[in-house]
Amino acid sequence: MGKPEAVIVGVADAPLKDGKVLTPMSVLQLQALAARDALADAGIPMREVDGLLTAGMWGVPGPGQLATVTLSEYLGIVPRFVDGTNIGGSAFEAHVAHAAMAIEAGRCEVALITYGSLQRSEASRNLAGRPSVLTMQYETPWGMPTPVGGYALAAMRHMHEFGTTSEHLAEIAVATRKWAALNPGATNRGPLSIGDVLKSPMISDPLHLLDACLVTDGGGAIVMTSAAHAKALGRKAVHVRGYGEAHTHWTIAAMPDLARLTAAEVAGRQAFAMAGIGHDAIDVVELYDSFTITVLLTLEALGFCKRGEGGAFVAGQRTAPGGPFPLNTNGGGLSYAHPGMYGIFLLIEAVRQLRGECGERQIKDAVTALVHGTGGTLSSGATCILSTR
Amino acid sequence: MYEKPLPVVDPESAPYWSALKDKRLILKHCRDCGRHHFYPRALCPHCHSDALEWSDARGTGSIYSFTIARRPAGPAFKADAPYVVAVIDLDEGARMLTNIVIDDVEAVRIGQRVAVHFDAVTDDITLPKFKLA
Repeated sequence: MGKPEAVIVGVADAPLKDGKVLTPMSVLQLQALAARDALADAGIPMREVDGLLTAGMWGVPGPGQLATVTLSEYLGIVPRFVDGTNIGGSAFEAHVAHAAMAIEAGRCEVALITYGSLQRSEASRNLAGRPSVLTMQYETPWGMPTPVGGYALAAMRHMHEFGTTSEHLAEIAVATRKWAALNPGATNRGPLSIGDVLKSPMISDPLHLLDACLVTDGGGAIVMTSAAHAKALGRKAVHVRGYGEAHTHWTIAAMPDLARLTAAEVAGRQAFAMAGIGHDAIDVVELYDSFTITVLLTLEALGFCKRGEGGAFVAGQRTAPGGPFPLNTNGGGLSYAHPGMYGIFLLIEAVRQLRGECGERQIKDAVTALVHGTGGTLSSGATCILSTR
Repeated sequence: MYEKPLPVVDPESAPYWSALKDKRLILKHCRDCGRHHFYPRALCPHCHSDALEWSDARGTGSIYSFTIARRPAGPAFKADAPYVVAVIDLDEGARMLTNIVIDDVEAVRIGQRVAVHFDAVTDDITLPKFKLA
């Protein structure tokens, strides 16, 4: 028998209503229920989980500081491979990569990746009031609005260097909303025009309110195992063809170039090289959309268009349903849900697209998907290239 | 009483904050590669040398990027909004986050020349801010 090949075999996300979980619950409960559903999707019992990967902002200070330890105790499992890598919202793309390496090295057989956040229900998003220690002593005292300020600085610089406009950014919000309209699970599904985005209040120039993601709850889980195991279970496997990750900074003044997403350039290059495919082979793309500018910078960094041409690339609703470049097909962080760390939902949507489960928003004959998470303040990037073949 | 967040000074940053109290902006300079950096570190982030020394900055630079915070970073900044948060390229080559102190926030542009303005917000802490030069 050869080396095992890692695949994704189960996914689940918690249903939301108006951006909140359906009944009051704890963040551990939320993750356990998502894990149960993803394992049911995979046809694998919880007792077989021997790898656990998670990242979150819950229970800190306290049990969330040792998140995998707390979660495995709560779930009643004893994992022999764990990974609590937390690089922000892109952590889950890195987790898929790390779980693939662990499965292929024989360090675990069934890996469970979880995420949970109740930031909307608990009204806990506000990050202000934390002491300005270590690197933050050089930025927090000046009143940078977080998280929008860093993205605004990047957008302002991109506009200055390349002539990108607020209309370009609004194109992304509008196209993403059109996808959300096709997704019954999305939080914001009503019609949205470019004018609506431009007329929404400016929050941190040049970014408007409708350039920003939602603030919602969210719970999700992903189950990975070997291709042989998936085959024995009779489940449709999604292969992990390529991955890459990198990060560059957290304080925004340390970002190498505000108009260039260096972390995504490094991560994407690794993922494409590993997959051995070109951009033309990608059928569906799921990119972290904390803000509209995040998407534009990521498109350029991953090489879907040249540097500075992101505005033209998204103009004319090219990324909307029916357009030539299907992007953020669940409605994204902008209109589907954004619970603080959104990256796991990019993966869940990509898997559903590749399994042909997306109903009205299904991309016909989707075989290969690219997922890219961004975390921190344009700080970290992690890319996964997934395929049914 | 000053209600905005204050830096938590540590042994590494103490000389930096102490100099600001005396209206001096200082940077770490690398004797090996000759470059300056900000914020101050134990190893040069460019060449990783530990041959570092403090040096006085001229206090001049240009705006690399900026945003106008229409919504404040918490209640303590509410009275200031709208205010300008900017990233400055100091003439020594180091980059720092700061505020542009200006009445007409709409007049700020990338590339404008700026000069340091020392804002003594408490007896112990002076924040380096900038004004258009």
